[in-house]
Formats: sequence, structure tokens, C-alpha cells
Amino acid sequence: MTSTLASALTPAPRSPPRARPLRCRSCGADRAAAPVAICEQCLGPLDPVYDPARALPDRATIAARAPSLWRYREWLPFEGDIVHSLDTGFTPLFEAPRLARRLGVARAWVKNDTVSHPSLSFKDRVVAAALNAAAAFGLETVGCASTGNLANAVAAHAARAGLEAWIFVPHELETGKVVGTSVYRPHLVRVRGTYDDVNRLCAQVADRFGWGIVNVNLRSYYGEGSKTQAFEIAEQLGWRLPSAVVAPMAGGSLVTKLHKGFGEFREAGLVTGEPPRLFGAQAEGCAPIVRLVERGDDRIVPEIPKTIALSIAIGNPADGMFAARAIRATGGWAQAVTDAELVAGIRVLAEDTGVFAETAGGVTVAAALALARAGRLGPEDEVVLSITGHGLKTVEAVSGVLPEGPTIAPKLREVAALVEESGAR
Amino acid sequence: MPITVNIPTVLAGYADGQRAVAASGRTLGEVVADLAVRYPQLAPRLRDTQGNPYPFVVFYLNDEDSRFRGGFQAPVQDGDEVTVVPAIAGG
Repeated sequence: MTSTLASALTPAPRSPPRARPLRCRSCGADRAAAPVAICEQCLGPLDPVYDPARALPDRATIAARAPSLWRYREWLPFEGDIVHSLDTGFTPLFEAPRLARRLGVARAWVKNDTVSHPSLSFKDRVVAAALNAAAAFGLETVGCASTGNLANAVAAHAARAGLEAWIFVPHELETGKVVGTSVYRPHLVRVRGTYDDVNRLCAQVADRFGWGIVNVNLRSYYGEGSKTQAFEIAEQLGWRLPSAVVAPMAGGSLVTKLHKGFGEFREAGLVTGEPPRLFGAQAEGCAPIVRLVERGDDRIVPEIPKTIALSIAIGNPADGMFAARAIRATGGWAQAVTDAELVAGIRVLAEDTGVFAETAGGVTVAAALALARAGRLGPEDEVVLSITGHGLKTVEAVSGVLPEGPTIAPKLREVAALVEESGAR
Repeated sequence: MPITVNIPTVLAGYADGQRAVAASGRTLGEVVADLAVRYPQLAPRLRDTQGNPYPFVVFYLNDEDSRFRGGFQAPVQDGDEVTVVPAIAGG
């Protein structure tokens, strides 16, 4: 009886999806689907190729699907059923009128990936895609080089998928990011050096051990997950586009893929109108993409990061050139902010919208305020702020500047004294 | 003692299947030029027709990004290790 019940409740094992073939973004060379992210001809990045004749769903069909990022499956790089992370994505988009007034724009929304499932950052999107690529290629060990959010996501998704995970992070990382990774029992390795050192090491690790390092050799598939933030923004706005999006930049992938995602929905006829102006935000202490946009050339000058915004402290951003192109193509701009401004940005977002963001979110809010002051966002604008990770991951950033609150004896008269002192009554 | 150049698997086929090759030169650019002469198929994948590095290819000199040391002008000496890493990772 028990075994009959158990077998009735156990879903039939699914066969893994097939990964789409790849094409070089630089030289156009084709290659078969593989856990390889670079072109053998020119070392350029490879992108998945979609069949232009494939059947695409209409708005009603998408809207009737489950609320996850897989409701946009025709624009994700797999054929057949996906097998991992079926419930990730479709985070809230909510209007923020007080933030709009502060920015001096017509309307503002927060795309709230601080509540992304399961690891509280937008990295859940890319890892959901990467783990299905790992399944397609029969890889049983995955890993990443990470500034923290990706470490959390790979460890969480790998744990629930039953995969081995090797996670490499810089040795100086916020406690929340480390604990939020190690709780899933991956092989967590802290590397003495910056993220860029870790990244270089992971390129060599992927080459040597043949694992699925999500942001190295699975990157072609991984990156496509970021597009789903653009799809969700368009759908949640009622199948239309905002006039501007402000997003943080680390490796530059998110801005690049937001551009691609909005473009794909326009091509499919699901939305009309001009693509949103894309604005990228970085911390002043690590802003190689901002400086690239300001210079107007096409070559990243690497930097050694010096900022508390560790989650976006990438001095050698792999997609920096493509992010700069997306920003220029849409008439947007890039903005750097100081660490003090980003801390203020975290507090503004919390006080105006009730969302507690990690440092990257503070950078995004502070950059939006700076862009508004500079007149790059105006009273006609409808702006979406991409808030990518939860503030409990980086409490160190704000704990020192927030009032601790008084400690009192459990006596009503002490509360009364505080109320009187506060001027509340 | 020559300079060792570590080559990623994706390019090893252009260097007779070797993952590490010995090379010589006084600067990183000369080391790459030495490889380019001996492995002509590897040459266009390491540098452009003017002899400059591509944005997608990063050369590490003893584990340090060579761009912080002058790029192809970075001086090298016997025993140094150069590692070629396609710069697609990150994020």
C-alpha cells in the first residue's frame, strides 16, 4: 500500500532538455551545443541560436502559464522539458510613487528581485538556466566564480537538484554571503585575491576538470536567464515598455541581456514602441564600464576594485563592451556613485518603498538620483529600477550608520518618556 | 629556463595539442610573437593583424593581469609563466 502510494506521488523521471546550438557573437561561426562558451575561431563569446521559424506564444498563452521564468520558455535556450528550478522567476514589479516624486519622473517601479526564489537575488534566473544546461550535457558537478549572490544561487539550486557544487569566492566577502552559501553544503573555496583572480582561476578549473562552471563554460546558456527580467517587466507593466531602466553593472551581462530581451519581445510583436533607454550603475571604486561609456571607445581598461559594493566589484567585466554598446544604442548612459551615496541609496529605497536591498540596489537607486539631477531622467519618464539582491546579505553596509534604538527597562513610563522626547504626542 | 605559456584547451589544437609550450622573448609581446611564428594557426587567435591583443583574450603574467603591467610591453624573464584566458567569464 505504502509503496503504491509512494509511486503514485513520485513524478515520473523527466528526460533532460536538449540545449540549443551556439553561434559566435563576434565572427558568426557556428558550433554544436556544448558546455563551451568561447569561439574556437576568434575566442569571442558564443550565444544560443533560436529557430526563427519556431512557434511563439501570444500574450494570453503566456499569461495563462505558471508564474515562473519558464513561462517565456520559447526565448530560453532549451528544447524539451526543463528539469531543474521550475519555480524560479516572476518576481514582483510594483509602483513606487514616493520614489517617482523624489526622482522627478512621471512614474517609477521597482523590479523586486530581492525576493527571488530561492536565494534572494536575480542570480536565481541565470542559475536556473545553467543547471538545465548542465542536465542537457549530463554534468553532475557545477560551480562558479562569485562575488556572493551567484555563490548563494549555485549552492541553493545545486542542493535541490542533487548536484555537487564547487563554489569559488574572494576571501573577503560579507558574512551573509558566506553563510548563505555554506548552509547548502557545497565545496566552498575562499580564494586570496579579488573577484577577477577568482574568475581567472575558475576559467582554468573549468578547463582542467570539465565541470559545469555556470559563468564560465555554461555562460552561453546561463546568460540567457537574465533576459527574463526584461520579459517580466514588459508583461507586468501590461505588455508595454518603460521609457527607461536603471540596472546595476558588474560583468555587464544584465544590461546586455535586458537589451536583448526587450528587443526579442518587440520582434515577437508582444510589445510596441521604442526600447527603453538603458542606464547602467556602478560604484565609483570599480566603474570600468561607466568609464568606457564616458570615453566612448570599445576597450575595457581593467581596474582593481575598491568599494563596499562587493557584489558588483568586477574590475575586468567580461560583457562590459556589450553593455556599453547596449547603453549607447538605446540613448542611455552610465553612472558611478560613491560608497556613501550607495549607503544613502539603500536607505532611500527602504524608506520610500519598503524594500531592503543589498549594496548593488543602493548603487542603482543612487545612480538613478544622480541621473535625475543631471537631467538624464525627466518628468516624462516612466522608470523601472532593477533591484537585484536582498539587503540581509550585506548588513555590514548599513549597520554602522543606522540608529541602534534606545534600550529601556520594561516599564511603561520609560516608553512614555521616549514618546515625549520624540515629539510624537 | 624559458618562459612557459599555458594555453586553454580550446586553443591547444592549434599548438600541436599542447596545453603548455615553452617560448622566449624580453616582453610579453615578443613571447606571443615567438609563438605566432612557431604555431601559425595559433597566431590570429592570440593577436590581431597589427599585433595587438584582442579584447576577449587576457594574458596573465605569473597570475597577474598583464594589462596592469603594460600589456604586450610588459617585461618578462626566464622562468615566468604566462597563462592565456579567454575573457568571457564574469558576473
